[in-house]
Amino acid sequence: MARIEFQELAHAYVANPRRDSDYAVQRMNLVWEDGGAYALLGPSGCGKTTLLNIISGLLTPSQGRVLFDERDVTALPPQQRNIAQVFQFPVIYDTMSVYENLAFPLRNRGLPEAKVKARVHEVAEMLELTGALHRPGRNLSADGKQLISMGRGLVREDVAAILFDEPLTVIDPHLKWRLRRKLKEVHARLRLTMVYVTHDQTEALTFADKVVVMHEGRVLQVGTPQELFENPAHTFVGYFIGSPGMNLLPVTLEGNAAVAGRARIPLGAVATPPAGARLELGIRPEFLRLSREPTEGAVAVSVRDAEDLGGARLVRVALGEHLLQVKLPEDAEVPAERGWLAFPAQWIRLYADGYRIA
Amino acid sequence: MDDKPINQKAWFLVLPVVVTVAFSAVVPLMTVVNYSVQDIFDPHTRYFVGTEWFEQILHDSRLHGALVRQFVFSLSVLLIEIPLGIGIALTMPRRGRWVSVCLVLLALPLLVPWNVVGTIWQIFARPDIGLLGRAVNALGIPYNYTGDPTDAWVTVLVMDVWHWTSLVVLLCYAGLQAIPDAFYQAARIDGASRWAVFRYIELPKLRGVLMIAILLRFMDSFMIYAEPFVLTGGGPGSATTFLSQLLTTMAVGQFDLGPAAAFSLIYFLIILLFSYVFYTALTHLGRGANR
Repeated sequence: MARIEFQELAHAYVANPRRDSDYAVQRMNLVWEDGGAYALLGPSGCGKTTLLNIISGLLTPSQGRVLFDERDVTALPPQQRNIAQVFQFPVIYDTMSVYENLAFPLRNRGLPEAKVKARVHEVAEMLELTGALHRPGRNLSADGKQLISMGRGLVREDVAAILFDEPLTVIDPHLKWRLRRKLKEVHARLRLTMVYVTHDQTEALTFADKVVVMHEGRVLQVGTPQELFENPAHTFVGYFIGSPGMNLLPVTLEGNAAVAGRARIPLGAVATPPAGARLELGIRPEFLRLSREPTEGAVAVSVRDAEDLGGARLVRVALGEHLLQVKLPEDAEVPAERGWLAFPAQWIRLYADGYRIA
Repeated sequence: MDDKPINQKAWFLVLPVVVTVAFSAVVPLMTVVNYSVQDIFDPHTRYFVGTEWFEQILHDSRLHGALVRQFVFSLSVLLIEIPLGIGIALTMPRRGRWVSVCLVLLALPLLVPWNVVGTIWQIFARPDIGLLGRAVNALGIPYNYTGDPTDAWVTVLVMDVWHWTSLVVLLCYAGLQAIPDAFYQAARIDGASRWAVFRYIELPKLRGVLMIAILLRFMDSFMIYAEPFVLTGGGPGSATTFLSQLLTTMAVGQFDLGPAAAFSLIYFLIILLFSYVFYTALTHLGRGANR
């Protein structure tokens, strides 16, 4: 178990990075608390896997330091870091049985056979693999193989962290829940630091206590699922989390109101954006109010279409030239053609050049 | 009611295959069978001799000698070329511009026609004017492949290794390239040594291509003809006379068509049998190790 810390860390795959775009991971300071279940969420190519490989030691960062419990491990190879990593595609040693697969990391480290046996049985018990111990590893289903990959990490005592690199990609949908439940069980029991890389927000939000959202090599926000939903720190987080994502409306400020075209949207408090910044107003589709009659502070919109999501209705409305999405309860009345849209002040977020200011 | 018309039209659909196979395989093979059980002087004068040719050929000491040489040769070829091929494939770069350079260099020997390979080595190894022959002699090692049976053997073997190891390398290289990076990364995390990576990841993943390599190299080396024929002509004496050369001498040189046909059938069956044995053994090897 370990607390993992990045200090001034950055990584570039090219030899002499000059511009920001040369870096796969931009300079960052970040702490992964001991025993936390983290999801590393972001679109493909945002640097998630690079970050994971830096933790495990498969990659040495081009700048900065990696600390495990205050110990500098930046230069250490993976086998000296007590890290377990589960890959996208299940890795199984084909010619070995399940038992031998689990024993492999211990035998490589020269542990006495009696101890190997005890550890393997303990881990197999936990992963419900005891019955399969003497079967050939390659005959197991994909989710079974992923369990073994994880088991090979757990079998070592004092595992610092388990890293998962999109482990459910090749798993049949009906088996995903089983493996995910197992992961949570193992986490609850061992309180290991876990980092789970995914581009699927549902997976991230159900697995993790804390979600780390990455975009273009930067960590934009670290927070609980609720924090990410209610207070996205960056427009990308607002847009990426949620279904559909946050509405973003380019605005200018006039006193304590945001102005978009001819519409004035009252704000709760006066914000002072940096001069010259591009301002956007963000609000979740769930928090917008749509009614047939004008209400206090509401702006006139034209209703484009409505989509039935089963449990809710998704209505698209036009405010000037901008389209906004409104998520209404299933039984809500949808005005035809014209309606009035209210922005509850406590749910309005303001962003300057993408970053939240209010 | 079944309205399908019942007729024999379907036969026309298989006819092209039947004709092709008949002319390419069945008719030539049956001709050989025909010769092997008859004594034929001309199309109208022939006598059925039963198993006489087979008995004669099976007691032929020239055949015994060639058969033993053939097995020793094929076994040596496999024992040298397979490990060497795997070794070279492992040391080749995985990516970058050197990959294509390596591949072209490796493919070169494979592009040279068999008899030209023989000619190249015939000149290269000559003790009087050949680079290799003179160099070896200059090192103080007496070497003359036309006079000394051991030298002749070594030369034929080295020539075959030069000609065909590339094939094994290319097959293994393709097999290695197909192993996903995650396996190597997992092995690093599991603390596996280089040997363990080879033994538990690379070798099992290469099983399929190695089976093909072993079968191809066995069959090819068992039928070797042109290279030793050009290089040594089967000599000195009969030291490098392998089965196909003996067969050719018998059929074309001495026109003993009956014994040669019997010989051909036996030869064919040996190759078939051994290929089957190799195939079964290698397929079971992978499964057996899992129990």
